[in-house]
Formats: sequence, C-alpha cells, structure tokens
Amino acid sequence: MPTLQDFQTERATWCPGCGDFGVLNAMQKAVINLGIEPDDIVVVSGIGCSGKMAQHFGAYGLHSLHGRSLPTAQAVKLANRKLTVFAAGGDGDGFGIGMGHFIHAIRRNIDITYIVMDNHIYGLTTGQASPTSDEGAKTKTSPYGTVEAPIAPLQLALAQNCGFVAQGFSGNIKQLTTLIEKAVLHKGFSFVNVFSPCVTFNKVNTYEFYKSHLVNLDEDPSYDPHDRVQALRRVAEAGNVVVGLIYEDPHRQSFEESLHGYPETPMVHNDLSLGEADYETILASFR
Amino acid sequence: MVREFGWKVGGKQGEGIDSTGEIYAIALHRMGYYVFSYRHFMSLIKGGHTNYKIRVADRLIRHHGDDVHVLIAFDQTTIDYNWNDMVDGGVVIFDASAFTATKPSERNVHLFGVPLTDIAKEAGGPIMKNMVAIGVTAAINQFSPDDFIPVVRDKFGRKGQAVVDSNMEALRRGYAYFLEHYNVFFPAPAKPTAPAPDHLYISGNQAVAFGALAGGCRLLAAYPITPATEIMYWVLQYFPKYGGVVIQAEDEIAAVNMAIGANYAGVRAMTSTSGPGFSLMMEALGLAGMSETPLVIVDVQRSGPSTGLPTKTEQSDLNEAVFGTHGEIPRIVLTPRTVEECFLYTAEAFNLAERYQCPVIVLSDLFMGMSFHSVDQLPVSNVSIDRGKLISDEDLARLGRWEYQRYDHTVPDGISPRALPGQRNGRHVALGNEHNGVGIEVEDLETRVNQMAKRARKLLHFNHWSGVTVDGPDRASLALIGFGSTWGVLEEAREVLANEGIEVKHIHFSRVLPFPAEAFRAAMDGVEKGLVVELNSTGQLRHLIQQFAGYHERMDSCLKFNGDPISLREILTRAREVFPTGVLN
Repeated sequence: MPTLQDFQTERATWCPGCGDFGVLNAMQKAVINLGIEPDDIVVVSGIGCSGKMAQHFGAYGLHSLHGRSLPTAQAVKLANRKLTVFAAGGDGDGFGIGMGHFIHAIRRNIDITYIVMDNHIYGLTTGQASPTSDEGAKTKTSPYGTVEAPIAPLQLALAQNCGFVAQGFSGNIKQLTTLIEKAVLHKGFSFVNVFSPCVTFNKVNTYEFYKSHLVNLDEDPSYDPHDRVQALRRVAEAGNVVVGLIYEDPHRQSFEESLHGYPETPMVHNDLSLGEADYETILASFR
Repeated sequence: MVREFGWKVGGKQGEGIDSTGEIYAIALHRMGYYVFSYRHFMSLIKGGHTNYKIRVADRLIRHHGDDVHVLIAFDQTTIDYNWNDMVDGGVVIFDASAFTATKPSERNVHLFGVPLTDIAKEAGGPIMKNMVAIGVTAAINQFSPDDFIPVVRDKFGRKGQAVVDSNMEALRRGYAYFLEHYNVFFPAPAKPTAPAPDHLYISGNQAVAFGALAGGCRLLAAYPITPATEIMYWVLQYFPKYGGVVIQAEDEIAAVNMAIGANYAGVRAMTSTSGPGFSLMMEALGLAGMSETPLVIVDVQRSGPSTGLPTKTEQSDLNEAVFGTHGEIPRIVLTPRTVEECFLYTAEAFNLAERYQCPVIVLSDLFMGMSFHSVDQLPVSNVSIDRGKLISDEDLARLGRWEYQRYDHTVPDGISPRALPGQRNGRHVALGNEHNGVGIEVEDLETRVNQMAKRARKLLHFNHWSGVTVDGPDRASLALIGFGSTWGVLEEAREVLANEGIEVKHIHFSRVLPFPAEAFRAAMDGVEKGLVVELNSTGQLRHLIQQFAGYHERMDSCLKFNGDPISLREILTRAREVFPTGVLN
C-alpha cells in the first residue's frame, strides 16, 4: 500500500498558509486511502498557482496550458483507462479561459476527477479579479469593485446534469479527503470545487470567512444528494457557500461505457500494426 | 488518338450534382480509366453554383485538367460560369425541362437540350434527373448503359432493388433519348492497356485517414471544418474496429490538447483541421514542442485569412506551419505531393513525432484533400512503425526513486527516452514551463540554455527520405519549383514545355522543415532561373527558400490566390513570360 512518503516531492512553492496545501494533502490522502499507487496516477493541471499541483502531487504529471487541463486529462484517461486521472486548476483557469471545456467535459462524462482550487482571485499574476470574485470585490483590475456577476460553478454543473458534484474547503481536510475519495470512485466525470483561500491577495474570502459562513450539507440528515432539483435550490439559497456531497447520479453511463468500440483493455496496449487481411479489406473499398 | 476527356456537371448546390459526378467517375474508374475529380462548391447548403469536374484519361493524371469537352448544365449559370473552359467543338447538354439555354458569347460550342427532368419524372421521379444526365453522357461517350449497373447497385442497393431499377431506367431513358434525337459523339479515350498493380480511386483526405490508421494512430480528436472533416468520417468507420477512438471536440483547442494528452499517455493520436482551427492550435503546438510530447496535426489548407473562402483551396498556411507559435520549438513540416504520399507521409508522421518527440505537421490542402483520383497503388508495404526512444520497465527498475530524468539534457542527440504513465518508477512531469531533468519548473539561466539546446539538437542531424524531388533533365537551366499538392500539374507543365523544346527541371518539396537545404542546393546546380509556383499571394515558399538556401536573384514567382486550383495554362503562361527561352536555349 502506498504511503504519504511515496508521494514526497520537493517542497511546494505556494505561499505559507495557501489553501492549495490543504487540497494537495486531501488529494494525496484520498488516493492513499483508496490504495492507488502513485505510478498509476496522472495529475493534469492548467496554469496559475493551482497549476503547480501537477509538480507537487508526486505522481505522473502533465502541466498543460492555461485553461486546458480538462481536454488533456480526458484524453490521458481514454488512452489508458487503468490510470486514475485528475484534472486540477483554479477558478481563473477553469471558469475563465477554460470554461468551455468544463461544460463539455460534463457532457462527455469521461471518468476523471476535476478539482478546482477556487480562491476568487488571480493569485499567480498577483491579484486580479477572477470569474468567481464576489460582485463588488476590489482587486487590482477592479479598483471600484467588480461589476460582473460571479460564475456559479455548482449550479452550472448541476444544470448540465454532472454525475458527481461536491464542494469542499481547504480548512476541512477530513471532509475534503472523503469527498475526493468518492469523486475518484464515481464512474464518470466528477467535479469537486474547493474553497482554497488565497492568503496573500484575497482578504475577504478567508479561512475565517468560510468557517463562520459555510453550510455543511453532509451534516444535514434531511439532505438527499440524489435529488438534483433540491440540490440546485439548496446551493442557490446558500449563495453557493455550502460544502459537502452536493449531488451524485451513480447510474449515469460514462463515455467509456457508452462509446461504440471503446476497448476493455487500455488503448496504450493496442497492437498498432495492420495485417494483410486488414489492408486487403480497406484497399478493396477504394477499388 | 483521343487520350483524355473532360466532363463537368453543374447546377445549384443541393441538386445532387456531387452524386452525379461521383457515379460517373466511379463507373469510369471501374472500367479501368484513370479519373481525376474536382468539386467546386460554396459554403452553403442549398443554392449557389456548384460543379463537379471529371477528367478521364488512359494514363495516371494528377489534376483535373483545364478543358471541358462535355458540360451537363442544370441551369444557365452553369453555362455562363464554365463557358470559357469549354473546348472548341465542345458540347453542352442542358435540362430543357427547366430552361432554354443561351450562349454567353458566340463560340463553336454546341448546345443540346434534353428534357432531363421530364424524362426523370417518366422514369419515376424528378430527383433522378442526374441519372438521366449520366445516360446522356454514356450515349455521347459511346458506353453501354449496362456499364453503370455495378455502380448504381453500390450506390442505391441499400435502398432496395426497386430504387436501383428505377435509377437504371432513368439512365437508359436518357441514353435512348439522346441517340434518338442527336447524332453527336465524343468517344471516350481508349482504355489503358497495361493493368495497374492496384487500381484505386481515393481522395487526399481518405489517404491521410488511411495513413493514420496504418501508422498506428488510434485516437483522432477534431472539430468539424471544411475541407478536413472527411478525415474524421473515414476514421470513424475504421478506428472502432482497431480499438481506436474518435472524439468530436468542443473546439480545435480542445482537439489538439486531447491529441497531446493521448500521446503523453502513449497512444498515437492526431488532430485534423484547416486554417482557422490550425490558428487556434498555435499555443498547444508550443506545449508539444516544449514538453517534447509527440503530436501530429494535419492541416488541410483552405483560402485564408480568417474565415476566408471556406470551400476553396490555397497553400497559404506554410508560414504558420513553419513559424507559428510563440517562442522556438523543434518541429517537422511535411508537404505530401500526391495522394500516395498523403497516405505514406501521414503514417510516417507518427514515427517522426515519436522518434524526435516533437510536433509533426502534415500540410495538405482542399484541392488535394477533396479531389478523388485513380492511382496505381498505395505504398502500404512501405509503412513501418518505430516508437522511438521509450525507456523499458527494466531500465526504470534499475534507477533509484526520482532518478529517472525525462528531460536529461546531457543526451548527445538531445532525445531522452520517454516513460509512459503507469510504468513503475517513471514518474515525471511533462510541462510547458522551462524545466529541469525531472520536469520541475526552474528558471535558472544555465538550465534554460541547456534545455533549449537539447530540444534544438534533436533535429540537427535530421535525416529522412522526405525532402526534395527532382524531375526532368539534370542539366536544365530552368526550374519549376513547388511544394505539396501542385506536383502533378507542375509535372504536366514540365512535359508540355519539354515538348516545345524548353528544357525545364521540376524541383518539388515534400518536406519544408527541417528545410532540405543540401538536397535543394544540389537540385539547383546549373539552374539560372527558378519559377516558384504556389497558391498564395506573398510567395511564402519563395521566401522560405531564400531564407534557408539563398538564390534571391534567380527566383521568380507564379502566384495564385483566387481560390481555384492552379491550371496548367496559368503555369505555362507565366513560365513562358519568365523563362528567357530565346537567350538560354
């Protein structure tokens, strides 16, 4: 069984206290709890502070382009279905430049887990407004406060019938670990949005803010995470400031299960050569 | 002796013009002729002028020819549009049920009315007017209606015998009507006598797609775009049988990044696109170069810039293929000259991508991609699979933890072996940031320079059979120069000039990067005037030649960028202007 020791890499370069440490920690604990070897994991990240996840996680990594972790990760998974594949990014990466891929990854439903480190700010570029910045947030690019409405990631995912939607908080690693474990086990695309405070550039959406405002749906016995309409309502009522397993549809067919001809064995082991009979059949179609 | 014959059918888009041409072309191909078909169409579904040109010959031909002997016109626009391409003594068959044809100008071209639509109605429905037209042509060409039965059966067999019968009936009625009313013939050329090793009728797009399958590609991620979508269609038919996957991506950015992801994980993958999509892929091209991930992109060029002429041809993405993306990466740009090379080069692109761990761009174009023609055989036995440097499980097991250096810059040839996810002890990060040996981003000056040098070194001693071909006499002091799809028409131009006593050699690039400078210089030995023929407005190939090989004062240009393929006549006219034949010969 793998241990935390097996994932050890160089010290992460995030600011001390950065929420992304918590996310890293929870992701590693989740795969250790599930007994997945680091050599069988690929973390595909985008660009930004969150993008460093591919390097810090300690598995195989693909640190891709800004906003493009999702298409890249989906193809890694299709190429080798035995791998556990994470796409990891931030709110700018995923809900700004990469937003189109998010909706389509939900539609396509390939069995990967998408972790978003949502800090409501562009951190690596030193503090500009992000797609999830609260309306009125004062940043370097919104000195009078943002006038654009924030993206509602959970509601978008729910509206598109994402098979697994969860939201966690870097300040609650235990819960986040459990959510990521469930996300990895879910067959199909799973989405975990994480409130991951930026301690340097966001003085509003802080650990203290979340600790005092978050509604924890996992602790509400009346909440049914299989009821999508209820999920939408509860997330909207809480103004998105909720954590827990928001929604899961365990029966939705994944892309791999549905696609005509998709092989049972990992594609990476395919025999690449065509035989004489193959050539003959194909050439005959041109005669 | 008649050696070739030009036939064209035209009308409004959506009238079945394509299927008329297709049936006639395939029938002639199966009779043993060499056929070349070019589709002229517009970026709309219904209406607008469309035509389908077929050139039929007793020998292998590489373009659709300048001349039309017989034109089938479903409207007056078709006559107006194609009038100047008609040969003297040519024949126009017009649908007399629909309109009364007039000559756009006084010429020795004959108009014959045939009530194509009315005859079709009698045979079972107006939709079969195309089959009536084929019957008329069969009569003019002196074929038998029965020659068409196998093709009609192939085309309509799925819809039942009744549909096959009524289509054949329409064809026979057209045939009979023409023989009854007119006494005009345009006999087809004699059939080729020597049997071809394998007589195939195939388009550049199909050849690219087949080449991808043969080359071990098992994942295509693409976004629909004219004129590249047919590549997707073809692989959709075959990939699932070989455990492959086709993904219709949400955009070309997703498509190319998917291809990178799959290649990183060890599956040969590509994306196919045209200009606008190719432009969207520029950033990812850099990622593949920087992360040393194999990648194959097929760009079926169309007229740019921007949306340009979406259904017209051009060779204007050359600069983008060679220089596109910010920063500097090693890359390979292949420019197949024929459909046979579309097949072989696409297959080979996957070897090159994995051997050199860099992006390989295959530049085709609309003319090459969407034209169908008869070839003698495809070079299937020349396909091989070479996965390049992959580190073995045993070698990895011998290393200590985190000792595997994916990006070891000390490797003499710059090509450090890849490990694939899932391999034990091969963990590393592939990335677009500048990085150290294990793929951790670093910004120190020395590493930067070492890694840049490592990547550049990979192609320093590039050696491959693609590059430059030379046809014609070695001693010629005049040269026609081109790249990619114009090889066939340039060969014909060279032959025509040779018959006129003008000795010309034909130098053609089947690869432009790494630039085959040595081979090109050898080809240029003794050449005093080179005419660079290309389908763009700025002379991109000419400038590339000048940058990599020189010859500034010896080069002239023949450029075309109105959207149509270049004609033999246009090349000859320009060649006669540029080549100072009186002085040099």
